Amino acid sequence: MLDRIASMGRLGLDVVASLGRSGRFLAGVLSGVPRPVTGFPLLIKQIYTVGVLSLAIVVVSGLFIGMVLGLQGYTILSDYGSEAAIGQMIALTLVRELGPVVTALLFAGRAGSALTAEIGLMKATEQLSSMEMMGVDPLRRVIAPRLWAGFIAMPILAVIFSVVGIWGGMLVGVEWLGVFEGSFWGNMQSSVDFLDDVMNGFIKSVVFGFVCAWIAVFQGYDCVPTSAGISSATTKTVVYSSLAVLGLDFVLTAVMFGDF
Amino acid sequence: MGSNAYISLKDVVFSRSGRRIFDGITLDIPRGKITAIMGPSGTGKTTLLRLIGGQLRPDSGSVQVDGHEVPRLKRKDLYALREKMGMLFQSGALFTDLSVFENVAFPLRVHTKLPEDMIHDIVLMKLEAVGLRGARHLMPSELSGGMTRRVALARSIALDPELIMYDEPFAGQDPIAMGVLVKLIRDLNSSMGLTSVLVSHDVPESLSICHYACIISDGQIIGEGTPEELKAHPSDQVQQFLQGQPDGPVPFHYPADDAGKDFGLGGGA
Repeated sequence: MLDRIASMGRLGLDVVASLGRSGRFLAGVLSGVPRPVTGFPLLIKQIYTVGVLSLAIVVVSGLFIGMVLGLQGYTILSDYGSEAAIGQMIALTLVRELGPVVTALLFAGRAGSALTAEIGLMKATEQLSSMEMMGVDPLRRVIAPRLWAGFIAMPILAVIFSVVGIWGGMLVGVEWLGVFEGSFWGNMQSSVDFLDDVMNGFIKSVVFGFVCAWIAVFQGYDCVPTSAGISSATTKTVVYSSLAVLGLDFVLTAVMFGDF
Repeated sequence: MGSNAYISLKDVVFSRSGRRIFDGITLDIPRGKITAIMGPSGTGKTTLLRLIGGQLRPDSGSVQVDGHEVPRLKRKDLYALREKMGMLFQSGALFTDLSVFENVAFPLRVHTKLPEDMIHDIVLMKLEAVGLRGARHLMPSELSGGMTRRVALARSIALDPELIMYDEPFAGQDPIAMGVLVKLIRDLNSSMGLTSVLVSHDVPESLSICHYACIISDGQIIGEGTPEELKAHPSDQVQQFLQGQPDGPVPFHYPADDAGKDFGLGGGA
């Protein structure tokens, strides 16, 4: 019994210590003054790696999710004779929830795990240490561009996801199932509010992007520099990011839309 | 050694994970000379380099490099001091996404505003010094272990440092690569007037090029002096290490219960 209490206490202390380390780490990354001349090309390269290379999975997933929403929405709404509201349903679902959340989950799996593995391997092969010994701060040279790239790329990916999803829903609803195109777009325009829906969804994706990128770079930087350590850190990145995104989504939704 | 010391450690105590690595080490490393730090695996030789480079902080004691108290330096000053240091890591630690040329050019691009043609010439000169000018287009994955270390050596001298630290440069090298590295370390030291710290457990190679050596074991310096002084050192522990004897003050057997008892012969009951 005492052993169990002791191990729970140890786990609690480990979690608090890890949170403390990640906070100090973040402060270290963000405290540096960006150097536009050297920093900008590094940032662009990372935006390409974490953003542009994630486009395929985001576009394909968005298309299929939009198409499924179209099918499911039509099936349910046609029972009530209101299949014309399918455009409104697809747009609100994607812009408010599925766009930011699913993109963040995909982002954590595709780009987050790659970031963790890359940084972890740089640590294991002493590349980060050698950078330090050359008088180059790895927090600014390696970590900061990756963190900012995730922060910038994620909201753009979420917007692309929603746009492609709406288009996929339109393909199924209008082109295949024969919903009147005018009511599809008209209902959508009249019910989706730019500030309440689009901007709130965008803010969610900004928060998710920051959290996912932070978790990914921290797990890489903090990992035990062995194969098992990198493997464990990569798994943690995906698990922690997914849980953080889903938990934060509930909190943000309650704050943004919980005006009951 | 006094004012001629480039690096000076005084009463350095350092522990990690509850284990005491250094228990009050005092050592002066002379300016412009090659100093070998030797000792069995796991005695903290690499840790000593990290203390000198400011990557680790001692629990107590003083670590001075060129008059600067390293553990007390602010981050910015520490990074400025590191520009005067070069370090050759055991693995080479080349940046795997950059070519040989770009690896050597990396510190120049970060720390200087030299024009591209000048960077090109300096990089080729450094690569020529290690005999790899022709390998400048290769990627690190295409290099052998010995070539990797030579490129890393070229990178660590790119900014013409005052101090260079070698972490196990000979480990896992074939005789030719080892001979090349021994020659390079000696030639670079004499031609550039570097202060060199060589951490190794390869006794003959280290003693053949160093001006001064010390042996660390169990958190203490057990012997130090010129190679000749060390070879004549009266300590059995020093002689066991230098001659590679399997048994001696460092026992062959890990401490265990009575053998008779373990084998069930009834002798140890």
